[in-house]
Amino acid sequence: MRSLSPAQTVVKIVNEELIKTLGEPAKIDLSGEPPHVVMLVGLQGSGKTTTAAKLALQLRKHQQKPLLVAADTRRPAAIQQIQTLGNQLDIPVHSEGNTVPPPTICANAVKRASDGAYSVVLLDTAGRLHIDDELMRELEEVKTKANPQEVLLVVDAMTGQEAVRVADEFHKRVGLTGLILTKVDGDARGGAALSVRAVTGVPIKYMGVGEKTDALEQFFPERLASRILGMGDVLTLIEKAQATMDQEVAQKAAEKLLRAQFTFEDFLEQLQQIKKMGPLSQLLGMVPGLSQVTKDLPADVTDKQIKRVEAIINSMTREERQRPEVLNGSRRKRIALGSGTSVQEVNQLMSQFKQMQRMMQQLKSGRMRGILPNIPGLGL
Amino acid sequence: MVSFFRRPQQLKESLTKTRASFLTRLTSLVAKNEVNEEFWSGLEETLIGADVGVETTVALVDKLRVSAEKEHVRETTRVEEMLKEELRTILAQTTTVQQSPISNPSASLRTSLQSPRVVLIVGVNGSGKTTSIAKLTRYYQAQDKKVILAAADTFRAAAIEQLQVWGKRVGVDVVAHQPGADPGAVAFDAWQAAHARRADYLIVDTAGRLQTKFNLMKELEKIARVLQKNDPTAPHETLLVLDAVTGQNGLQQAREFKKATPLTGLILTKLDGTAKGGIVFAIAKELQVPIQFIGTGEGIDDWAEFDARELVEGLFE
Ligand SMILES: Nc1nc2c(ncn2[C@@H]2O[C@H](COP(=O)(O)OP(=O)(O)OP(=O)(O)O)[C@@H](O)[C@H]2O)c(=O)[nH]1
Ligand SMILES: [Mg+2]
Repeated sequence: MRSLSPAQTVVKIVNEELIKTLGEPAKIDLSGEPPHVVMLVGLQGSGKTTTAAKLALQLRKHQQKPLLVAADTRRPAAIQQIQTLGNQLDIPVHSEGNTVPPPTICANAVKRASDGAYSVVLLDTAGRLHIDDELMRELEEVKTKANPQEVLLVVDAMTGQEAVRVADEFHKRVGLTGLILTKVDGDARGGAALSVRAVTGVPIKYMGVGEKTDALEQFFPERLASRILGMGDVLTLIEKAQATMDQEVAQKAAEKLLRAQFTFEDFLEQLQQIKKMGPLSQLLGMVPGLSQVTKDLPADVTDKQIKRVEAIINSMTREERQRPEVLNGSRRKRIALGSGTSVQEVNQLMSQFKQMQRMMQQLKSGRMRGILPNIPGLGL
Repeated sequence: MVSFFRRPQQLKESLTKTRASFLTRLTSLVAKNEVNEEFWSGLEETLIGADVGVETTVALVDKLRVSAEKEHVRETTRVEEMLKEELRTILAQTTTVQQSPISNPSASLRTSLQSPRVVLIVGVNGSGKTTSIAKLTRYYQAQDKKVILAAADTFRAAAIEQLQVWGKRVGVDVVAHQPGADPGAVAFDAWQAAHARRADYLIVDTAGRLQTKFNLMKELEKIARVLQKNDPTAPHETLLVLDAVTGQNGLQQAREFKKATPLTGLILTKLDGTAKGGIVFAIAKELQVPIQFIGTGEGIDDWAEFDARELVEGLFE
């Protein structure tokens, strides 16, 4: 049995942990007596109205009788938007215009459904900022009056670092029961889902994958995990890795990698591993952190590039290799001279090294918020 | 098994802690006023947390380290000043590269007399295009300009009505066709109307689209081409509307929209939230597209000309 390279091990473990963190696929809760009230909340422009229509359609396919509720009385033509969608799908929409307060509208809609005419009531609330106290209060009131059994946060897959704060705040105010990730048909990695899921602990229930009303998919953690890692073919690569590795050796390699202080020597070893692992193009981006390192290198000259990196590292003293922070301007100049490269190249290497070092440190300390932005292109 | 990720509850605690401890750390550092490793990683964390992106952040901070070393700067406050300066420079360089007269209409030469200046508004779904159009209209009106709007989002449910509501509120004509109509045809007719009614500006609302949708991006090109049948110099401005809460995908958005329709600027919306909009630095660096305006709320007057200083200060709040 060949041992698993550190690179493969890292990917494998990160992927497994991602899947674990993303959680089990969960369906919408329709237990107990109907009508089941489902409330959609989120920032402006996250996709609540479209998602409400998609959910209604999907529920009807499962023999439910949905009622859509126009509870966004603020945005111009929001009511017409949901009415148009309702008409297209032939799903009734409860609306009381834009002068009645949303909590009242929602309460009335639930009452209307109580005589058995509808089994699911979907509340389309207005988009709002998590820090808008007045509007968050309104949302709390909707929740009290309509007593939803699901409160779903609708999150745009393109959301950046603020996703954590947004989710946290919505969760505190209205107690979320699930998440829906939208605009997943774009090229955002969807790292936001991971943070939001982690910070709220509630399951991701659906993903929106297009503008049409049938473009709603059940959530599968494996798919999103590989998307977050940014590798379409990650599963194949990992399976390949699994097939050729000895678990125990792999484990040791990973632990060593993570425990060790990450030095230039490790960096060099990583690069050599990559060289050994075959066609670089396939492996670019396989190791979190390394896609950055190798990103600027055309595939065919990578070997040459690695030689230069080797030359630079070999021109360092032992101390410099282990404590890169001592590398000041004059030392860098000496190294450039010694390795037949330029100071610029040395600087470039330093910065690549630093990114990787940072990544490794984060992995070690297990701080997710630190890890996420360090997986290149995670999309946060 | 080595566990890289903590379980949600633990994680949540550590996330809030990270934020809190970082703040205390930073204040204590500033108090100590000492440039050390902790200070540098604190800076990096602030920038990454503001969506500046790892690559841009590392490049910025590395450059700063070198100059701080060279100039023997030892006070953190001074280093922070240097960083802010650098950030402002990144944003400033765009405006010089691509001087755009939009925020100063009096200085703009009317290309062909009696033709409206055409402003095309583009962006992904829900970024704030339609709302921004209402605000921009108000902004031109304040300069005594006559504006006409084109409802070229014929796809999204009630998008036309939404623009019409805004049109009524600000008192301008909205040229619209039926839902599902050809957006190019709407733009064409709207131009004719704007021309006949001697409008100074024609602002064209377009449907939100993800930059990965090939056909929809082609459609944008087509709208521009149709406008050029009326006026070969149109559109005079193409503004990409970007939600400040967007993460690293924002760069991809800017890249692709710029390819489809050469962008003359950005509108950065929803800055009234807690998001900092840090992705604009990567956009400015790579694409030289300047930010023209910012949106700061849902109201018609929640709008301002872009001020680099404010945005940069905001990153550190
Ligand atoms: N808080 C805040 N909300 C905004 C701002 N600009 C727009 N919005 C809100 O964001 C939501 C989406 O805005 P729209 O103007 O409809 O966005 P759009 O890009 O036209 O959307 P589509 O046409 O559906 O792609 C609405 O609820 C707006 O009120 C802003 O600066 N701040
Ligand atoms: Mg719109």
